[in-house]
Amino acid sequence: MDKARIGTCWLDGCSGCHMSLLDIDEAIVDVLARADIVFGPLVDAQEWPEGVDVAIIEGAVSSTDDLELLTTARERSGIVVALGDCAVTGNVPAMRNGIPTRSLLERVYVEGATEQPGIPTDGVPALLRQAQPLHAHVKVDVHVPGCPPSPETILYVVGELLEGRVPDVGSRQRFG
Amino acid sequence: MSDTVMVRIDGEVIAAKAGQSVLQVARANDKYIPALCYMEGLSAVGSCRLCMIEVSGVKRLLPACTTPVQEGLAVSTSSTQLQSYRRMALELLFAERNHVCSVCVSSGHCELQSLAQEHGMTHVRYPYNFPRLTPDTSHPRYVFDPNRCVLCSRCVRTCAQIEGAHVWDIAGRGIDSGPVAEMQRPWGEASSCTSCGKCVQACPTGALAEKGWAVEEMTKQRTVVSTLNSMRESQ
Repeated sequence: MDKARIGTCWLDGCSGCHMSLLDIDEAIVDVLARADIVFGPLVDAQEWPEGVDVAIIEGAVSSTDDLELLTTARERSGIVVALGDCAVTGNVPAMRNGIPTRSLLERVYVEGATEQPGIPTDGVPALLRQAQPLHAHVKVDVHVPGCPPSPETILYVVGELLEGRVPDVGSRQRFG
Repeated sequence: MSDTVMVRIDGEVIAAKAGQSVLQVARANDKYIPALCYMEGLSAVGSCRLCMIEVSGVKRLLPACTTPVQEGLAVSTSSTQLQSYRRMALELLFAERNHVCSVCVSSGHCELQSLAQEHGMTHVRYPYNFPRLTPDTSHPRYVFDPNRCVLCSRCVRTCAQIEGAHVWDIAGRGIDSGPVAEMQRPWGEASSCTSCGKCVQACPTGALAEKGWAVEEMTKQRTVVSTLNSMRESQ
């Protein structure tokens, strides 16, 4: 049997969900026996490849870059998993949503700067008006709340998906 | 005996006292109906819509907390349809304000968070409102964070009915409504507040909390209100 292809990425998140993914410890060896990780912070690929079976996405959608990567991942993947509260609810990144983007950037990079005040534009993507959960932009197949979701839940979700089943996260995880 | 009525809850025949609500009878008989705005010892207002039940012969759903028992009443408390409406009500509560569990003092001890998990709510299907709301930190001992408020009015009723101070009220309309202290003064300037803290203990979320706690550290004594009330009733 061909190995399944998993891609992971983090958008506006803290990488804590990826840490929790690594916290499945030696079980990752079993996962890797059944699947290849073809994209993500843990591997070298520069572009989200075609033909990914499972996309595991951490973080809220906050910038134009986030939206572009999410859209590409959605187009090129069979199942999209929103991993963790930022991807599921917006969470901490969305706490800025009540503040206009311009005021926010000025507060941080102009009023809050002691040297070289000015809103950076070179080499950084533009902020979207609001940080939103993944499903505000694309269809999400599996939501896994938690900040971060426990390694046990992540292993359950990945295990079910590799078996060709849609995991029922149900009451396994709480928000936060 | 004339003040005893027989009711049927999920098929089981139960003897109830006239004047009790369906929710009170259900709880007294170890039958679980979820609720957020209801608190034993306070008047019932039926605002959170989580305790909705199906009553035989009535076409619309009724809140169990404000539906009095009567002879022959038959209710259903946990149909698939009710479960789906309850999940919907929870999702709307989460969508309305900024409930960021990961940074909340009450995470792990929050009734809203527990209800969401209990109902298998993995995400909110409605667009988030993301309102801009400012916490009131003017009180020396407590903080009110409207971002975490579910408008249950347990604080209002506790202060008016148990403490007798009536510092809190709900002001505004619809999605813009919310608790205010003394006709919209900063809480710290409310001269009628006795700083007893019972509103804080009654609050189901982290909207009212003691100062000085970090994430997950604020636990509440949920029985303060019902204990005080039953002590007074027994006098």
